[in-house]
Amino acid sequence: MLTITTFVIVSVIKIVIALAVLLTAVAYSTWLERKLVGHIQNRWGPQRVGPFGLLQPLADGLKFIFKEDLTPPQAYKTLYIAAPILSLALALTSISLVPIGNWVTVGGVETPLEITDVNIGLLIILGITSLGVYGIALAGWSSNSKYSLLGSLRASAQMVSYEIALGLSLVGVLIMSGSLNLREIVEAQGGHIAGFIPRWNIFRWPTQIVAFFIYLAAAFAETNRVPFDLPEAETELVAGYHTEYSSMKFAMFFMAEYANMITVACIATLLFLGGWYGPAFGPWWLENLLPVFWFALKVFCFIFLYIWIRGTLPRFRYDQLMAFGWKFLFPIAVANVLLTSLIVALQK
Amino acid sequence: MVPISYYLVLSAILFALGVVGFLIKRNLITLFMSIELMLNGVNLAFVAFAWQWKSLNGQVFVFFVMVVAAAEAAVGLAIIIAVFRTRETLNVDRVNLLKL
Amino acid sequence: MLQLVLFFVFGTIAVAAAVNLLAQRHPINSALSLIVVMASVAALFLLMGAEFLAAIQVIVYAGAIMVLFVFVIMLLNAGEEERTPGSRIAKLLGFPAVVLLAGFLAWTLVTRNPYPVAVNLTGRFVGSPALIAQLLFRDFLLPFEVTSVLILIAIMGAVVLASSAGTTAGPGSPERPPAKRES
Repeated sequence: MLTITTFVIVSVIKIVIALAVLLTAVAYSTWLERKLVGHIQNRWGPQRVGPFGLLQPLADGLKFIFKEDLTPPQAYKTLYIAAPILSLALALTSISLVPIGNWVTVGGVETPLEITDVNIGLLIILGITSLGVYGIALAGWSSNSKYSLLGSLRASAQMVSYEIALGLSLVGVLIMSGSLNLREIVEAQGGHIAGFIPRWNIFRWPTQIVAFFIYLAAAFAETNRVPFDLPEAETELVAGYHTEYSSMKFAMFFMAEYANMITVACIATLLFLGGWYGPAFGPWWLENLLPVFWFALKVFCFIFLYIWIRGTLPRFRYDQLMAFGWKFLFPIAVANVLLTSLIVALQK
Repeated sequence: MVPISYYLVLSAILFALGVVGFLIKRNLITLFMSIELMLNGVNLAFVAFAWQWKSLNGQVFVFFVMVVAAAEAAVGLAIIIAVFRTRETLNVDRVNLLKL
Repeated sequence: MLQLVLFFVFGTIAVAAAVNLLAQRHPINSALSLIVVMASVAALFLLMGAEFLAAIQVIVYAGAIMVLFVFVIMLLNAGEEERTPGSRIAKLLGFPAVVLLAGFLAWTLVTRNPYPVAVNLTGRFVGSPALIAQLLFRDFLLPFEVTSVLILIAIMGAVVLASSAGTTAGPGSPERPPAKRES
């Protein structure tokens, strides 16, 4: 039975570990992106700072700290400083709801491998995504520059439009699992069909594979990544909503974007790819460590897919982007929800 | 253990602040936001009474209040944009003639 | 005990942000204060066991309706309020009006309550999504469908208002023909 002090101490330890791991993952996903995009474009990528360029994120961090911190005149000071803080805080918060493994018993204390186990975990993550629009909208407006304002308006409109397709594509999975609790959704995917195909939600033909692709497209648009990165493309609007930001504030936007990518990858892993389920064997410490390893592997595959698409596809024009979100993804997501509920109702 | 009257007093305070905001502010958009503040105070009272009578009807009604607030915000802001385009001002004291 | 502390923390934040909404002159600051009010009201919903409503409050109210408000404030860019003599008298009369109205409402709600209880979250009365969905889709099915029609009407109304507003001429400017749209 956990007492309050034990619970608080364990939670603080978990928060510190989760933050450390997340920030390192953010830094090294920038390294991965530069290496991968470099190899796709038939060049080496960073390779001089440390072996294989592995210390490049450290060099980037130092560069950001030493850069001059400009504030444009006539900018709305409070909002200008608050917007990147808001973006980064929201991006780092959603990691607290993501379970990465089974319940473990460390030193006689039994604790789940997530910071909080909330009954409505998925709704809270959708809420955090909805609030993420504010960081971008306020950043562009408070910079008092026309490129920033246009970029932020486009980015906010894009994010708000694709939130709908994002939420609806997850409803099919919810109907099949019967719960909003992330841990229960993963546990409903345990076991195998026909002996060797794992019962992941992505293999539940025909609806969930469609839902997975809708989720993929909507997630790319939500995190402002290619092919939906018109609001921050350098050739289009200087740099969109973060034109006037330099040094650590720009680094905060940068980190927030990669942290959002990792959050989206975690949600896709939990809902569609079976979470931490994979072959688990061996002594007790290996049995508890292997699910975490499988989870990290699946998240890594998803981020690899993100970066691969970035190196390959051209970007959408703004009207093509909005038409795609409203006229194509949204009706298909609604049809997916209807079909899934029909299938589940017929099976009962 | 929080007595339910604390929640009701808080809801009354939020509602009263919304009413006074509606009466004393001069900017059209701030006026509209005071209406949303009033609706939030009322939502809080609904959920408090849902707890008191152990019935979820109060919470379902809050759901409907939110939907109506969303529809009203959409149409109201479209009207405000239309007013701004013709009168070039958002001050309610200046929008007092039917003809320009 | 912890619930009392949390109630006072979030209640104070809500009232302070509401007062800030009235005190600020620029509408963007008022909008941000209203977002803080909505977030603290969501936390108070959680303290009363309404977990689904708390999530919906954050997603719909603070994450969509207020985004609409912030968009409109950014687009219109109308600037701060002006100080007219009317507004100064209004501020002077505002403080006693708040106290009177809040006092009267609070007194009525508290003394006329026949069955006052205490809110204590022990997990037995929780507004979970399953229970609310049962009510919404069985007992309240007709209001649910009516609200979906209401939203459809609101969408059509907003689209019509926004498109017709673009073709009227401003005061003093020559009549402009509507721009040709190429799809």
